Amino acid sequence: MGYWMSNSAFDEWLEHLWQEGEVFGPTRFENKGAFSDTTLYSYGLIHSRNDLVLDHKTYLSPKAAAFPIRETLFYFDGDSATTPEMSERPIYVFLRACDINGFDRLDNIFLHNGPHVDPYYANRRNRLRFLLIECTDHGFKNCFCVSMGTNITNKWHAVVRLADNGIVMQVNNDLAGEEDIINELTNGLTLFAQEIDEFMPVFVTKNLTQVSIPSTEKLNNSIFDHPVWNEYTQRCIGCGRCNTSCITCSCFTMQDIRYDERRGERRRRWASCHIKGYTDMAGGDGYRSKTGERMRFKTMHKINDYYKRFGTHMCVGCGRCDDVCPEYISFSKCINRLTDIIAEKEGK
Amino acid sequence: MIKNPYSFQAVRVLNFYDETAIDRTYELEWNDPVVLGQFFEVSIPGAGEAPISISDYRDGVLYMTIRKVGRVTDAIFQKEIGGRLYLRGPYGNGFAMDRLKGSAVTVIAGGTGLAPVRGLIERLSLECSDGLELLAGFKSPDDVLFKSTLDRWQERFPVHVTVDHGSDQWKGKTGLVTQYIPDLRLDNGVSRKVIVVGPPIMMKFVTLELMKQGLDESDIIVSFERNMSCGIGKCGHCKIDETYVCLEGPVFAYSKAKHLID
Repeated sequence: MGYWMSNSAFDEWLEHLWQEGEVFGPTRFENKGAFSDTTLYSYGLIHSRNDLVLDHKTYLSPKAAAFPIRETLFYFDGDSATTPEMSERPIYVFLRACDINGFDRLDNIFLHNGPHVDPYYANRRNRLRFLLIECTDHGFKNCFCVSMGTNITNKWHAVVRLADNGIVMQVNNDLAGEEDIINELTNGLTLFAQEIDEFMPVFVTKNLTQVSIPSTEKLNNSIFDHPVWNEYTQRCIGCGRCNTSCITCSCFTMQDIRYDERRGERRRRWASCHIKGYTDMAGGDGYRSKTGERMRFKTMHKINDYYKRFGTHMCVGCGRCDDVCPEYISFSKCINRLTDIIAEKEGK
Repeated sequence: MIKNPYSFQAVRVLNFYDETAIDRTYELEWNDPVVLGQFFEVSIPGAGEAPISISDYRDGVLYMTIRKVGRVTDAIFQKEIGGRLYLRGPYGNGFAMDRLKGSAVTVIAGGTGLAPVRGLIERLSLECSDGLELLAGFKSPDDVLFKSTLDRWQERFPVHVTVDHGSDQWKGKTGLVTQYIPDLRLDNGVSRKVIVVGPPIMMKFVTLELMKQGLDESDIIVSFERNMSCGIGKCGHCKIDETYVCLEGPVFAYSKAKHLID
């Protein structure tokens, strides 16, 4: 069953969601852009139709909904450590197919890598409800989801589409194992929406940017010494924006905050493999001092190493790293260059 | 409440003693299973957390030899007997003792690299000292770790200690460990494993020299030191290629380790 809501009914529905949970989506932050008097489009709280911005790509991804920029792991008081109370409130997120696939990549690290499940991520992840936004035309500038196979997803709970004078939505009745969430959404929508014919989401089938991923066998350590990385050493300033904007970057660093002699908290905060100090050990030794080496490390992780470990590429082709790089480094071009280098080596 | 893998356990300091001006061995009360070669995340709440390898474990006592080099270790050095350190772990694979037992074992350690193999050497010296040999290198005579232990070992199996820079009082060997590798009993017709632990540059040249001496790379075992921040395969800091040192290491066969390029 599909649903139609007027803009005002949509606002009432959002208010209904806020009574039990939280709602995040792409929105605008006036005068918060990189340059003066410009608007930043990023993820924020959605209270009304006017808050929801669908015609711009966001600077940051929605990953903070499950993996906040910083979060308290526990509070300590002398010998004891107390884990913060974990919320049960649903988190509704308006997001696109690439980002839903991005959460799948984060799941592999936080839920499946090693013998431990990350309890903080798991808690938020279980509370996420995916409200799929369809991409139009070829997606946005720098998007290459089609090449990565992440333009499509079946893991949406509901799809949202702008319509004349309102919004149309469809819940995903085929999502196995998520019936409770589908029922919860359906019950809410029934209160505010009119029923319409069923419809299915439409996914983009072509982007303006395309990449050709080198095969995992052919892209190996022999590429490490290639002079291509020197160019990135010249160019990259190690600011880490590509990591922070990425839906799939999951690295973090621990940080202790002390309130007084006995009490305080241990936090984690996002970390970046491009920023100096990422590999530093006690005593000062570290690895990858050149930014080109860090670019190589990130590139291999996104389109090679992760695949070997989890059977899928980490990069979902959202292209945000290209959008935000102050040095105009293009990750999609880097991928294609590696493919070209390998072809050249093979004499093609 | 679900078990929180990031939370710590307060562990009592039973004893400690200085090994050098900046290295100290702590004896901690611990009664859960540990494999030699594994590491713990040790913290002082408020100062932070650091990965520290165990130097030995026996009779409910965990030994950790810690170098005072930063914020966390500075705070650890403030602890007195009866005080508490805050641990989570153990993490990593450790040394597979059963795979070493049938072989002669040579250990080549550089600096604090001797700490993570101390318990292993002790165990091997008691169980299969035939063919056990140790080559340990330090920067200077003042940096030599476990002096009395080295003397005790010397009575049971060949121990070679060298320092990069000697002093007037130093009567032993001087120079890098690599120059003494040809003197080791590496080719005496028995199955031999060589364990290499130390700073990255030392491990690189030692393994190259061992290959030159005809050692099979599958018989060389190394232990890596990396920034293992979470210890449980989440934080990403210790990742090399598709390998997480905290999960699959820190102990690797050289045949695998040689492909791990940072």
